[in-house]
This record gives sequence, C-alpha cells and structure tokens, in this order.
Amino acid sequence: MASDRRPRPPRPGLVLDVDRSTPPVLFHHGEGFRLHRLPPGRSRVIYPAEPLPGLADPDGAITEALLNPIGEDPLPSLLRPGMKLTIAFDDLSLPLPPMRRPDVRQRVIEQVLDMAAAAGVDDVHLIAALALHRRMTDDELRHALGDRVFDAFSPIGALYNHDAEDPDQMVELGRTDQDELVTMNRRAAESDLLVYVNINLVAMDGGWKSTATGLADYRALRHHHNVATMVNSRSFMDRHRSELHHSNWRQGAVIRRHGPRVFQIETTVNNNTFGRTGPLAALQKREWEWSARDRASFVAMQAGLKAMPAAARRRAFGSWLAPYELTSVQAGEVEAVHERTTDNVLAQHLVPVEGQTDVLTMGLPYICPYNVNSVMNPILVMCLGLGYFFNLYRGRPLVREGGVVIMSHPTAWEFHPVHHPSYIDFFEQVLASTTDPAEIEAKYEEQFATDEWYIHLYRTSHAYHGVHPFYMWYWGAHALQWLGRVIVVGGEPRAVRRLGFQPASTLDDALEMAADVVGPSPTVTHLHNPPIVMADVT
Amino acid sequence: MIVERLAGKRIAVTGATGFLGTALVERLLRCVPDCELVLVVRPGWRGAAERVRRDVLRNDAFDRLRSAPAGGAGSESFEQMTGRRVRAVAGDVGRDGLGLDEAGRSLLADCDVVIHAAAAVSFDSALDDAVEVNMLGPVRVAEAMRAAASAAHLISVSTCYVAGSRRGAAPEQLVDQSPFFVDVDWRGEVDSARRARTDAEQASRTPERLAALAREARRELGAAGTPALTAKVESLRRRWVDRQMSEAGRARAASLGFPDAYAFTKALGERALVETRGEVPVSIVRPSIIESALTEPKPGWIRGFRMAEPVIAAYARGLLKEFPGVPEGIIDVIPVDLVVSTILAVAARGPAGDEPDVTQIASGAANPLRYGQLVDLVREWFIDHPVYDDRNQPIGVPEWSFPGRGRVSAQLQRAQRALGAADRVLASLPLRGRRAELRAKVEEQSDQLQRANGYVELYGAYTECEAVFGLDRLMETWDRADPADRADFCFDPRVIDWSHYVCGVHLPSMVRRARLKMAPGAASAEPRPVRLRRQVLDPERHLAVFDLENTLIASNVVASYSWLATRHLDSGERARFVARTLREAPRLLALDRRDRSDFLRYFYRRFEGAPVDRLDADGREMLSDLLMVKSFPAGIRRIRQHRRMGHRTLLITGALDLVVEPLRPLFDDIIAAEMGADGGAYDGRLVSAPPTGEARYQTLADYTAAHGLDLGQSVAYADSTSDLPMLEAVGFPVAVNPETKLASLARRRGWLIEHWSPSAGAPAKRLPIAPRPSRATGSRGSPRPPRLSRTA
Repeated sequence: MASDRRPRPPRPGLVLDVDRSTPPVLFHHGEGFRLHRLPPGRSRVIYPAEPLPGLADPDGAITEALLNPIGEDPLPSLLRPGMKLTIAFDDLSLPLPPMRRPDVRQRVIEQVLDMAAAAGVDDVHLIAALALHRRMTDDELRHALGDRVFDAFSPIGALYNHDAEDPDQMVELGRTDQDELVTMNRRAAESDLLVYVNINLVAMDGGWKSTATGLADYRALRHHHNVATMVNSRSFMDRHRSELHHSNWRQGAVIRRHGPRVFQIETTVNNNTFGRTGPLAALQKREWEWSARDRASFVAMQAGLKAMPAAARRRAFGSWLAPYELTSVQAGEVEAVHERTTDNVLAQHLVPVEGQTDVLTMGLPYICPYNVNSVMNPILVMCLGLGYFFNLYRGRPLVREGGVVIMSHPTAWEFHPVHHPSYIDFFEQVLASTTDPAEIEAKYEEQFATDEWYIHLYRTSHAYHGVHPFYMWYWGAHALQWLGRVIVVGGEPRAVRRLGFQPASTLDDALEMAADVVGPSPTVTHLHNPPIVMADVT
Repeated sequence: MIVERLAGKRIAVTGATGFLGTALVERLLRCVPDCELVLVVRPGWRGAAERVRRDVLRNDAFDRLRSAPAGGAGSESFEQMTGRRVRAVAGDVGRDGLGLDEAGRSLLADCDVVIHAAAAVSFDSALDDAVEVNMLGPVRVAEAMRAAASAAHLISVSTCYVAGSRRGAAPEQLVDQSPFFVDVDWRGEVDSARRARTDAEQASRTPERLAALAREARRELGAAGTPALTAKVESLRRRWVDRQMSEAGRARAASLGFPDAYAFTKALGERALVETRGEVPVSIVRPSIIESALTEPKPGWIRGFRMAEPVIAAYARGLLKEFPGVPEGIIDVIPVDLVVSTILAVAARGPAGDEPDVTQIASGAANPLRYGQLVDLVREWFIDHPVYDDRNQPIGVPEWSFPGRGRVSAQLQRAQRALGAADRVLASLPLRGRRAELRAKVEEQSDQLQRANGYVELYGAYTECEAVFGLDRLMETWDRADPADRADFCFDPRVIDWSHYVCGVHLPSMVRRARLKMAPGAASAEPRPVRLRRQVLDPERHLAVFDLENTLIASNVVASYSWLATRHLDSGERARFVARTLREAPRLLALDRRDRSDFLRYFYRRFEGAPVDRLDADGREMLSDLLMVKSFPAGIRRIRQHRRMGHRTLLITGALDLVVEPLRPLFDDIIAAEMGADGGAYDGRLVSAPPTGEARYQTLADYTAAHGLDLGQSVAYADSTSDLPMLEAVGFPVAVNPETKLASLARRRGWLIEHWSPSAGAPAKRLPIAPRPSRATGSRGSPRPPRLSRTA
C-alpha cells in the first residue's frame, strides 16, 4: 500500500515522432506562448526528462559534501584563525529563472560561514564572481544569499561585486603554455583559501570556468571569449570537445600553480522549472498529457497575457521563481568535482537522438542568462537561440550543416538602458554595418572593450561591460557558420533583419521559407526547451 | 538694321540685376557685337563691379555667350569680352542724382541710349519704396541726364497696367490722355507717401503697440531671455511698419482704380517723367506681365520666381483648390525676349519726335491667351506630369470652377482662421518632439494658406482685368522691320503658340526651377538631416555643447529633487510627499515658463539642510535608477561620437552638480548649478547664477573664449527656446525634441532637428520616486533558526 502512494519515478526525455494525432506543440515565445502543429510524418519533438527527485535533506547533503570532499581535505580542516577566506559565488545569471528562497548559494554559504565561524576565521569576503556581467543590486544579492548573510556582510563592505576594471584590485597570476594571460580578483588571489560556490544549471557551467572566467578581467577573457574559440567549441556544452573549456582548464592549471588554494563546491538542480503543480505546471508536461485543468489554466493564461500591457507581462514573468530542487552537491578539488557534477547535470538533461534534421525549431522563452530583471533584447535573442539552444548537443549538432534554424520570439527592438547600454550601440552601429562575427571582432571589439563610458557604467551603475554584446554574438558564431538560414517567427521584422535573420509571421511561412534552403519536405525537429533538454546526437 | 544702328553705341542700363535687365544685357552683348554697356547698379557692400559680375554675368542667361563668346575676336574669352564692353557704375534710382560720382556722371554723359528698367516690381512693396523707385526713378534718371548734359535717348520701361483696372481698349497713349485717368498731383503723392512712413513709424512706437509686439514675441519665443526677446520685438516692429506701408500702397492704388501700388506708382512715374524731362528725348515701353523666354537666350529662361510660378506650384502641389478669374478673361503675359526685342527696336529707331511716345508690348490684342485655356493647359500638363508627394504618390490637381475673388478669399480666410485657432491651442500645450512638429505642420499649412491668400489678393486683380492693350505702334514698327531684324529680334506677339509655350517651354522650366518632385523614388539629393548631421560631426568642429533636460534625458530638476527627497522616506511619508508635489506642480510649471533661473533659485531652496555626504552618495545611485533609465541612448551616443571626432564636449545645465556628477566621463567639462554648503549640510542657495537662458549663452561665450575655441565651429544641442541665445550663437545649432516654439523656429531656420527618445524597454517610471535601500523581507528565509554570527 505504501509503495502505491510513492510518486512514480520521473520518466527520461523522449523523442516523439509527430503524426496526424499529435496535438499542437508548445513553443515558448518570449513573454508568451504559441501552439504550433508540426508537419506530420517528418517531424519529431525532443522532450526534456521529467524533474529528477530533489535531495530529501539538502542541508545534510551539503554538510556531508563539505566534510567529505573529493580529492581535498574536509573544509573545517582548511580553516584556521587569522586566515584570509574568500567565498566567490555564481552571479545573477544562474539559475534560470531565479529560484525560490532559499537559493542554493544561501544554503551552501551559510554552512561554509558556520564552519568558518567555528574555526575562528574572521577575515571573510564574499564576492559575486560576475566577470564582465552587470553588478548585482543589493536586492539581488539579498535574494541569492539570504537576509542573514547579506545583513552581516554587506554593511561592512565584505560582500560585494567583482570589479574587473579596478586596476588595483586585479592581479596577473601568469600565463598558460599557450601564452594565455591569467588574471584574478586580488582579494581572491591573495586569500589562503578560495571557496567557490556554483550552481551548475547546464553542462557548460563550473569547473575551472568558475574561477578562471568569473573572477578574471577582459585581458584574460579575450583568450577564450573570441570567434575562433567559439567556432571550435562543438559544442561548448560538451567540455571535452569545447575549446572554450580547454582554454579555461589551461588557465586553471596556472591558478593551481600560482593562485590560491581553491575549494570548489558544485551543485545541481533538477528540471522542476515551472512546478509540478501551480499555474505554469503545464509547461513541463507533454501536451497530450495535459489535464483539463492544465488546458483551462493555459487558455486562461494566454487570455490574461493578451490582455496585459507589455510592462505588466514582463513583471509577471519576471516575478516567477523556479521551485528548483537540489539534486546533488559535490565539493573538493575542481576537476574531480566537476567530472561528477557534469555526470549529474547530464543525467537530467541528456536525451539520445538519432540522426540530424534539416530544420530545427525552437521556442525561445522570456529569459536568458543576461536579462534577469531586465529586457530580452534582440542580441540576447540571437545568443539564446544560436548560442545556448543550438549548442545543447553532444556529438554533432541537431541540425545538419547548411540546415535552417527557426526560432519563435517577439524580438522587439527594446533594450534596457541601464543594463545594456553598449548593446544599444552595438545594435545601432555595429550590426548596421555587418553581422559577420570575425569582422565585428576585428573592427569593433577593442573600441567597445576599452570605452571609458561603458567601463564607468559597468563599475558604478549596473551595466554589462562594453564588450559583452560581442561575446553574445561570438556565442552564436558556431551556429552562424554552420547554418544555411535563420528565421524568426513572430519577430519584429526590422529588428530581425538587423540581426541578419529573416522574419516570418507564422511557422508555416517559416517552413516554406526554409524549404528554399534545404529543399522541399524537409525533416523538422523541435527542441522542447525549457525545461532544459540536451540532445545526444548519434 | 537694329545691329547696325546700335553698333558702336554706348548704352546705359538701370535694373540690370533684374529679370528684364539681365535679358537685355545678355541680348546686347550677344547680338549687338559692337555696343558698349554702362550698368548702373546699387553697389551693395561688394561694389558695383563685383555686383555686376556676381549678380548679372554669372546668371545662366549668359551660358550661351560663355560657351561661344561673340564680338569678333574668336580667341577672346567671355571675361575678356565683358571686361572690354561692360562698365559698372554705382548708382541708385532711389536717390537724387542717382547717387553717381564724378566718373559715373561722365560715363552717363557719353551714353547714346539710356534704358531705365529698374523698378520695385513686388506687388506688396511698401508705398514709399514704390514711390521712390517707380515714381521718382524715371524723374531722377532724366534729371541726371540733364545734369550731365547728355543728349541720349531715354527709354523708360513701364507697364501696360498703368491703364488701371478697366474694361476695353487701352491704347498706346500717355496716361493723362486717357479719359479714365484721375489726375492727381504726383508731388503730393510723394509727400504723403513719405509722411505715411513717418506716421507708421510713430504708430509702431506707441506703448500699446509695443506691448502687443512684446506679447507676440513672447508667444513666439517663450522664455528666451531679454536680449533675444528685445531683438524679436524690434524685428516684429519693423515688419509691422512694412505691412502698414504695403497696406497703404494697396489702398491708395485701389482708390485710384489701379490693381496695386506697382501699377499706380508706374502710372504717376510716367506722368512725372513727361512733366520733368526737359529736353531729354523720351520713349516709354510698356510690357504686360513678363514671363519666361520663348527662345532667347534659351527657351524657358527666367530669373527669379515670378508672378504666376508660386500660383502654379501651389496648384500642382494640390494646395490651391480654387483661384478666382473669369474663364474667358484674357491673361496678358508676354515672353521676356519679345520685350527685349521691342526695347531694342525702339532704341534703334531713336526718339519718335519731340513728344514722348509710348509702345506697348502685350499679347491680349493680337494673340489672346484666355484664362480658361491657360488653366486647362496647366491642368492637362500636370495630369501627364504629376508632382509626387513624400510618399511617392502622384498628387492629383484640382479642377477649378472659376469662382469670384470674394468667395475664394472668404474660403481661404475661413481655413486660415481654423488653422490659427489650432495653432493657438497647440502652442499653449506643453508638446515636445514629434508632437511639437505637428504645430510646425499647422504653421506651414497656415503659411501656405496665407501665401495663397496673398496671391488671390494680388493676382486676382490681374486675372480679372479685362483691359485690351493696344499695339498699333508696336505693329507699325514690326511692319517696317527688315527681315533680318524680324528673324533676330522678334517682337510680334502673334508668333506665340500658347499651347507650346505653356506646356513645352514654361512649365518644364518652371518645375525644374521650383524643384518640384516630378518623379517617384528617393530624393535625388541626400536628405537634409543626413547632410546636417555630417556637418555637425565634421572633424573641423571644435566643441559640442549639450543641455541636459529633455536633450539627453527625459527628466527635470523636479524629478531629480523628488527622487533624492524620497530616497530615505517610509511609504506614508512618500505618499504625502507625492501629494504635496503634485499640488504644487501647476505653480512650479508656471514659474518655470516665466523665468528659468528664478524657478531654479526658488526650487533649490528645498535642499536647505540636506546632508552633503548622503546627498552626494544618493546622487551616484541616481545614475542607475533615474538618469540612465530616462536617458536618450542616441543622445549619449552623439556625445561620444563628438569625443571620438576629437571635439571638446561640454555640458551646461541648470541641474545640480551632484546630480550630473556621474555623467562626468562623457564630458570634458560640466558647468552646472552649484549649491553652497555650510558645515556638512547644503544651504539651498546657488553659489552663482544658474546657467540658463542668456546666462547659458554668456557661460558658453566665456568658456569658448577661455579655451580659444570658435563659436562658429561649435555645435549646440538644446530643446527649448530658453536656449535660443546659445543656439543662435553657435555655427551649428541642433534642436533636440524641440518644444513647439523651438520646433517652428528650427524648421524655419533650417536647423538640424533630432528626435531622441528613451530606450524602448526602459522600466516604466511614472513617478520619480527613489527605491529604498535594500531591507530584509523576513519571509521565506532560511529553514533553520539563525545561528550565524558574523565572525568579526
């Protein structure tokens, strides 16, 4: 009897072949949704796995990981009075969407601080490892770390954002065997112990990328945040085939030799993005399994969204906090920890897929790593679709070389003036002249990266660094090189064309346009993401 | 015969810079190779010779001559030829003795023929100007000839319309021989015209008039500061006097039965000339309405935008829906080359005897062009060759129903009243940017209507004139002319094929000159804003100076004050603050409109007692929460473009320095309002006059002087007429999101207008209320009891 009441085990991801009986498929569409019928007989849909069960006792699991780390001494044994301890943590870009309180970072950092307090450590700094991202606001820091941590450390200036443009607060640790410069936040570099707290939402996150990228500056990032690296990362979600990660790992070797001792804590969360119950629950179910209640709430939501003004819609989506559950926590030596974390990430995300497709469709949601509490501007639309979604593959891309990607997103000509000032100029000036990543890199990157106004806004306001829109564009460089055409369904035509893509008003039109490139009756694959699914393409 | 008779003669011409004069000079130089010309022109500041070179010889009438200079010696260039044959003499028919110097008088004394073609032809010229030039001009020329003991033949160009507004035959006779002529004493008219000017000048200076003018200036410019307003009042006053004088001319002309002051003064001018000429042999040539050339110097050649052109252009653009006139009435136009030939024929013939003789050159009697026929020709031509609007759609031309003048006038006046009301409403609204352009549009329409109304008033009399001008003497001369002259100096109005003249000659050249858009597609030239923008971003510029509010950010001092003031209030206090500020808003706005610096002084008192440290820190926070949110990205980009060009960038603003401090990296210098501080707290008083209005101009002038920069090479960006003195002072003014008054000024002056807006996607911020510093929310906290102790 008792076993009957246990929830059924989560089902793995699924590749569904579309036939005439398949109901319309959900496409995320910015701050809204669309239902599209895919051509039967030649289409398939890749569904994510259902959420893995969360850890029953997350705090206990964290304690366990800290006391029994992998390839490293237990954390308490590394702590002693009079030492310099720095805790760096992932910034606002993780997880997506932001999670309900308590955030994983809060749970982990509270325990690390408890252990530090118990060991009599009194020189502790907490640094948001945001590299060239925007500074987090006090409210955002408070949300990630909890009231107690924030109120204890922020007022005395021991909790702050990394500042990659403060020349006094950056140190050079050395160069890799390929002459790549390694830089690090001075406080972190000069600490006796650097504890790094990760949330590994996707397989790209974590490892040496945390410290080598998160606490570095433009001079170090340019060695791997460039077009050549991104084109040679196939994909950047697959660390062993990612030039991005190889470069970070080489920099990691320098950190290991010349930097602080690093105690890496990596955590994974499940696919419970929209809740098993509640208003958005349908979004993580398969359409043919929608209950009457799911259908009703979806219809109501669509009607409500339609009636709302854009600003209200943005607020409504922005206020969604994911009920993510912790599925694993690993601590200790960076590389050993990361191997195990990646296995845990892939256990949730990976879905085996046979063969490539002519046309890959994707519904782009309202959020990406760079528009939390902000606006998804057209450049971020490109980055989310051609950077993140396109690269959610292992083996080979889901879409064949010369194939077509169809993305669904409103792609409004909108920018957040505080968060993305350099994006505005990138869009108005750089993209107006060329969309070729290599040309953009050669002609404009230096100018934007060293621009004093952007640096001023990055340091004193809440702006992404001047060079950040370039990275967004490089993130899509592999896809741009690979694809024959990119079509945006339901996007603002002017903005879509500025991106170098083609606008279409309906999916059928887009498929028609795609046929010009890939031939008639192409095979279509829809990446039903989010919740996150990563294709293991054979 | 004409060539032979005029060969070797020295011929003086007045009015050479005019339409007829230029054609005359060209024909004499080209077709009468041996004659010499003495051109009497007003010297202007460049001097007579330079004026002749620039304003006469550079005209495209001389293209033919320039490419193949006449005058025998094949190797002689146009410049050499004109240098040899043309003498420029400084003189003014509006002054006694023509204002000639000794050399001028002796040149005049040596002339064989004097052709007086100078006139004030504008239909709305001031009465006294018309009297001085048209009435006294011929008298003065004859007088100067007498004084120089010249025996030359004076040919005075007049107009057929000296006959007055009447029906029937108007033969070639002296004005006083006409049975309809009302004899008035021309000397008395001169005196009264001069007195009218004095009276109008006087009337323009009464306190009531000056007050009305001041109100008008204020309505147009707003709070532009005293110097700008006083300059405006003075220019309005002059305009008012001119209007009075123009009105006086029209009224006096009408009272004596003339269509306008031009015909009236010309008529009395003829009379005065005949009376005072003494021994000087005089011939009078009267053309009707002179229009573009039939063949010489080239078909369609014309100088200036004349007579019918504005009417036809307005019609082709679809603006003029109706124009008065009788369809069977005669519209008496005559191509300029026929007029020139007539004058030369009269000159070649010499004086007709002791008495002055009159030759009329008109088309109505011999080869009439009916008004209805002209309208049909024009209409058909524009149906075949439509003008295109901004959206590349052909404009359909209306069909005229030939209503009476009164009805058209009434229609136009009604439309204008409606537009005037719309304009007043729009002017009183606090509009900006593209909406402010709406007023500019209304204003433009109103201008067009006003012009159309003017045409109806002025030309209406001509289209309704039913006089038929006799051509007996002209035809007699024609009949006697030898075949060579008939070929080379045709003045027979019967040769004109009206349909060819209107559709094949006149309209094609007119639309070219009026730059009407005759083909769809992108404007051939680069759009004006693009060109202006390039000028503004030229490396040659020295300095770019920016205003802040509504130029770079959509915000103002009240918003930044309330942001700062609410930063540390709790929610109840916030609500009360907002209510209080809203209550005060109308009064504050009114004060701001009246005088910016008074407003700022009054407003900044509120900061009295504010702690310096906290306010400065909050100012830094405001960058993200208010300034950047409200900023115009295109404006910020423009500042940076200037910097990249190597221009110095300067912010001059009435905002507080602590507010704009975070913008410092954009500018080489910031000049802002600065408050005094007293022991760690601000005292709410400004250290110096806030840089607004004229003070802003002075600040800029001082700044450029101190840094050795050239105002003429500076660019200024501002949004309001209170910045007018600054905008007017620089070489490259830019109106950004101009409010209605500035929008219309900028449009009229051809300034670059930029529409910059906050980023789409900026968080909506209805009230400028600061977020409170981050505070614990308490809920959804840690699942465990707090056992965290900060380890410090």
